[in-house]
Amino acid sequence: MSQTQESAPRASQHQKPKSLWADAWRRLKKNRMAVSCGLLFFAIAFFCFVGPLIAKLLVGLDGTSQNPALGATAPSWSHWMGTDSLGRDMMVRTMQGGQIAITVGLVATATALIIGVAWGATAAYVGGRTDEIMMRIVDVMYAFPNVVFVIVIMAVLDTQSLVVLFALLGAITWLNMARIVRGQVMSLRNQEFVEAARAIGVSNANILFRHIVPNTAGPIIVYATLSIPTVMLLEAFLSFLGLGVQAPQASWGTLVTEGADMIAVYPWILVGPGLVMGLTIFALNFLGDGLRDALDPQTRKD
Amino acid sequence: MLKLLINRLIGGIFVIFAVATFSFFVLRAAPGGPFDDEVSVPEQVQRNIEAQYHLDEPLLQQYGRFLSGLVRLDLGHSMQRPQTVWEIVAQSFPVSVQLGVLALAFATIFGVGLGVLAASRQNSIIDHGAMSFALFGISVPSFVLGPILIGFFSLQLGWLPPARFEGFSSMILPSATLGLIFMGIIARLSRSGLLETLRQDYVRTARAKGLSERTVVWKHAIRLGLLPVVTFLGPAAAALITGSFVVEQIFQIPGLGFYFVASITERDYPVLSGVLVFYSIFLVALNFAVDVAYGFLDPRIRGR
Repeated sequence: MSQTQESAPRASQHQKPKSLWADAWRRLKKNRMAVSCGLLFFAIAFFCFVGPLIAKLLVGLDGTSQNPALGATAPSWSHWMGTDSLGRDMMVRTMQGGQIAITVGLVATATALIIGVAWGATAAYVGGRTDEIMMRIVDVMYAFPNVVFVIVIMAVLDTQSLVVLFALLGAITWLNMARIVRGQVMSLRNQEFVEAARAIGVSNANILFRHIVPNTAGPIIVYATLSIPTVMLLEAFLSFLGLGVQAPQASWGTLVTEGADMIAVYPWILVGPGLVMGLTIFALNFLGDGLRDALDPQTRKD
Repeated sequence: MLKLLINRLIGGIFVIFAVATFSFFVLRAAPGGPFDDEVSVPEQVQRNIEAQYHLDEPLLQQYGRFLSGLVRLDLGHSMQRPQTVWEIVAQSFPVSVQLGVLALAFATIFGVGLGVLAASRQNSIIDHGAMSFALFGISVPSFVLGPILIGFFSLQLGWLPPARFEGFSSMILPSATLGLIFMGIIARLSRSGLLETLRQDYVRTARAKGLSERTVVWKHAIRLGLLPVVTFLGPAAAALITGSFVVEQIFQIPGLGFYFVASITERDYPVLSGVLVFYSIFLVALNFAVDVAYGFLDPRIRGR
């Protein structure tokens, strides 16, 4: 979490010993569950990205080379999470699936962040008719059956490109971000520091993105954290329908789909990746809740 | 209130129109038609087939035909099955609705129960337990939960049927699978909504009048406290639809989601676009119903 501290406004670090961020950090640290969930997420990310390298170096497992003679075996000392029906190590496959899931989650959220912040901030800052039209567009898109939409586009494009997947998932998650940012900017744009900036001749774009937007960072961070698991679930869902990541690449969705077919005979093929995926989503949800409590004391749950 | 509803109605019709237009043009732009088969047919036959489905007309004319059909609720004819899109919808949607209603009932009963329990004993072990369980429900995806439930209750214990949708016992597992995530969300919403309401002045007044805690919570606070839950029912219906794609696939239930997923691989354009349009009509109608219900629950909105 040192990241949030570093991104605090530079000036405030010398002048005010107890900035909003230091305060939030103190509150977050008191929330044991949120901190351990944050650590758990980083542990899983580390496991997914570094694990395959270690497995390859130490025991020569790579998750793609098949061993049909071995077939599906239950978890054992040589294969901690068992093997699938083609004799591939499930743990390495789960890690590789995790790489895709985490990348999709982060990239799509970043996309949503960029579009949503720009859209919401512009609408609120300009105000008037522009605001009305821009938010009307958000309202209309909000009423769309978004996921059905993504399914249709993925099916029509018939693509395996991850970039398209990122773009589409980002395109349906930015709506909430735009609404949240707009609400924040609305309440900030008439404050004195904005007036001061305008008085010394700062340009509109600079006022908006250098002075106002950084002040909305709290809710943005919270929402971004909460949207990562949502996107991960969507990716897995699309893969489950055969539209997302395609074989031989493994994603949690494809692994779970394989496992679901074989639940009666080889339950570990489902349980392993399903468990890791559930834990990741749980950790991120809990971390997001904790961040909300820490950064936004007004909407605290208690 | 009336002005608000009319506004929403106009917005809704616009959404349906936008979805219809979008689905028409995107699906026409798709690579690979349903009749590019491996079997080559004589050119005349090919042309006759295309003429039957009006694929030989200019694009704009096809679009006009599509829109005018839409107004008459004519969603076109399936290219793979001997049915019209409307027949497929009419036959399978009731099954999906049944599944969705059961799942939502499950989610609401247990979700509100958990939420109220947690809120009335805030920060106790019961509260933490209930909320952890709610978060667990949100975190376990249905395509993991479903097969595990089948494996345990159907294959291991043999208590419940593993698939199909006939008779009450076969509906328990699919509804629970579909409903668990909503149970989690509803539990969290009703907890925070109720906690906020319990701090309001009118609740203090009710307590000061000497009403029992039960009356205060269940009669006075709950109406306002559950407003977030009512708002959530609109988006929930949308999420139920997508959730049912997975659940109907896992449990082999012949609902609309099942046909929709099948039509993706079959490249059955009329079904794809027809179902997409149908879903958006359904969602618009539901959101509208939620707005009306909102007015009934919150007198402050009705007054406007």
